[in-house]
Amino acid sequence: MNSIASTYDLPDGRGHFGPYGGVFVSETLIPALDELREAYAAAQRDAAFRAELDYDLDHYVGRPSPIYHAKRWSERLGGAQIYLKREDLNHTGAHKINNCLGQALLARRMGKRRVIAETGAGQHGVATATVAARYGMECVVYMGSTDIARQSSNVFRMKLLGATVVPVESGSRTLKDALNEAMRDWVTRIADTFYIIGTVAGPHPYPVMVRDFQSVIGRECVRQMPEIAGRQPDCVIACVGGGSNAMGIFYPYLGDPKVELVGVEAAGLGLASGRHAASLLAGRPGVLHGNRSYLLQDTDGQILETHSISAGLDYPGVGPEHAWLKDSGRARYVAVTDDEALSAFHDACRLEGILPALESAHALAYAAKLAASLPRESLLLVNLSGRGDKDMHTVAERSGIAL
Amino acid sequence: MSRIPQTFDRLRAAQRKALIPFITAGDPDPGGSVALMHALADAGADIIELGVPFSDPMADGPTIQRSSERALDRGVTLRGVLGMVREFRARDAVTPVVLMGYANPIEAMGAGAFVAAAASAGVDGVLVVDEPPEEGGEFIARLRAAGLDAILLLAPTSTEERVRRAAALGSGYIYYVALTGVTGAAGIDLAAVAQRLGRIRENVTLPVVVGFGIRDADSARRAARAADGVVIGSLLIEAMQDAGAGRAVECARGLAAQLREALDRQEDRP
Repeated sequence: MNSIASTYDLPDGRGHFGPYGGVFVSETLIPALDELREAYAAAQRDAAFRAELDYDLDHYVGRPSPIYHAKRWSERLGGAQIYLKREDLNHTGAHKINNCLGQALLARRMGKRRVIAETGAGQHGVATATVAARYGMECVVYMGSTDIARQSSNVFRMKLLGATVVPVESGSRTLKDALNEAMRDWVTRIADTFYIIGTVAGPHPYPVMVRDFQSVIGRECVRQMPEIAGRQPDCVIACVGGGSNAMGIFYPYLGDPKVELVGVEAAGLGLASGRHAASLLAGRPGVLHGNRSYLLQDTDGQILETHSISAGLDYPGVGPEHAWLKDSGRARYVAVTDDEALSAFHDACRLEGILPALESAHALAYAAKLAASLPRESLLLVNLSGRGDKDMHTVAERSGIAL
Repeated sequence: MSRIPQTFDRLRAAQRKALIPFITAGDPDPGGSVALMHALADAGADIIELGVPFSDPMADGPTIQRSSERALDRGVTLRGVLGMVREFRARDAVTPVVLMGYANPIEAMGAGAFVAAAASAGVDGVLVVDEPPEEGGEFIARLRAAGLDAILLLAPTSTEERVRRAAALGSGYIYYVALTGVTGAAGIDLAAVAQRLGRIRENVTLPVVVGFGIRDADSARRAARAADGVVIGSLLIEAMQDAGAGRAVECARGLAAQLREALDRQEDRP
């Protein structure tokens, strides 16, 4: 099959996926985004840029990541065969670094010596601090003070890597507020600073750029699945917060209608509880953080606070391309609760010896539900987007254990 | 129809600069916002920018962020803000009111419903901080069709092409963001502002006002030299906070009068 969707050509030149996406930022940032768009287009055409990125993806990140057939777990479920794309084996422990490497190389090409990032769980902050150290750049990471308190080991990792971690005290003091603060930094130091956004959201060109850098995941799967499983999967499953790991694995499959695409949002304490982060399932379109997409908001258009056991899914918006894929019906979106994700987390630990990130455990939980209803010859491919070491404290606390 | 063009005609005839205070609707007290608007107009404000609070004010510094949070905590909504304008209009048919805020509360209400309600309440212009001309074309057309002004921003980073585009699409006045940063930031470079405004005026016939980073009466006076007016936001909100509960209106009246005096004094000493 064609590895890049041949009939799918979104976004348009101004970053629109149908009614979604776009460039909703104040005037001051527009010229910087224009400059970024041009620099990114030039980099894409430059064989040397691609070669350097590919080299570092192979030798620094450890790509390609393997696909692993989770046989014991599949047998236990008694239905479809589950295959895991092992992004958890990447350097820094998640898919986030694929994008950070690409953007850091672009920053260097643009002559920017300072990079900034927002982070929720800390994975994107750690990946950004890592590449900043690797390329000798100054790095500042914005993180909500609530998240700092619950992810102290990642805060320490970032500091070890030489980054400055700035606590954000505004709003709900979580990921969305960190993003606001990073934008404020960027608008203040626009001349020397590159903002490395961690997901497929933000103003154009970020959603398309992050998707492109992450789509190395799906391109590898298109090559690896026939080798390991004899054919492409029937269904690809990934968790969706902002949605970068999902876009990365979905994108190369968009043009193949035989492959079902399923995004799994965080249902938190249940969609009916109001304490969740399922923007696509329970939100309405609106404008936040530079683009139009589905948002969790009240009737007056104020953004709501979200809840998920996984800090990486705890975000009231979602990338605009997912909004488009939902409306167009090309992808299907579901949600699983904190408890379901935790149960899948423990199953993966005990049956496969794999400790998944709580984010990825949402995808695993839905895969388990779906697999049980399908025949044994069905193939499910799950993006295991990160490892769970960072979640030890959360899981211990939920189990009533003090570490 | 918008009262903004007549206001600038009058100011130009009198060789005066526009004093444009910004307050967040509902801060410090939702019940007191209309009285605050009247006090500002009485003390010499030419136009009032009324901030519509939003949960995620990406372009604002800490002062206006906190002001927005306080207003939201007190239950202020976009419909509530329009109610304040309607109440203000009952006693003041002259002073233009510009709503300034972010796109999402307007989208949530529906752009068409919002424009109709704003026009009927007596709003004169609307400035949507995170909706540049690229995205705002349809909304700008709706505003203009309803007789409201679409206030657009220009910044130190704006290219000449963008200056021309803002001049073509905007109306009422152009709001020049004096620094690359957020509202209330320090470090405005008045010489650079004057130079940029000179270049902008080559392509813009609309009045141009300066905001962001004006920290006192003296910098207001100096910034106004090269512009048609100044916007004072964080300075005013901080002063009202410092004055404390119950003294906000009195404090705002005093500060506006002081700024008015400073702006008018400039014209006496060319």
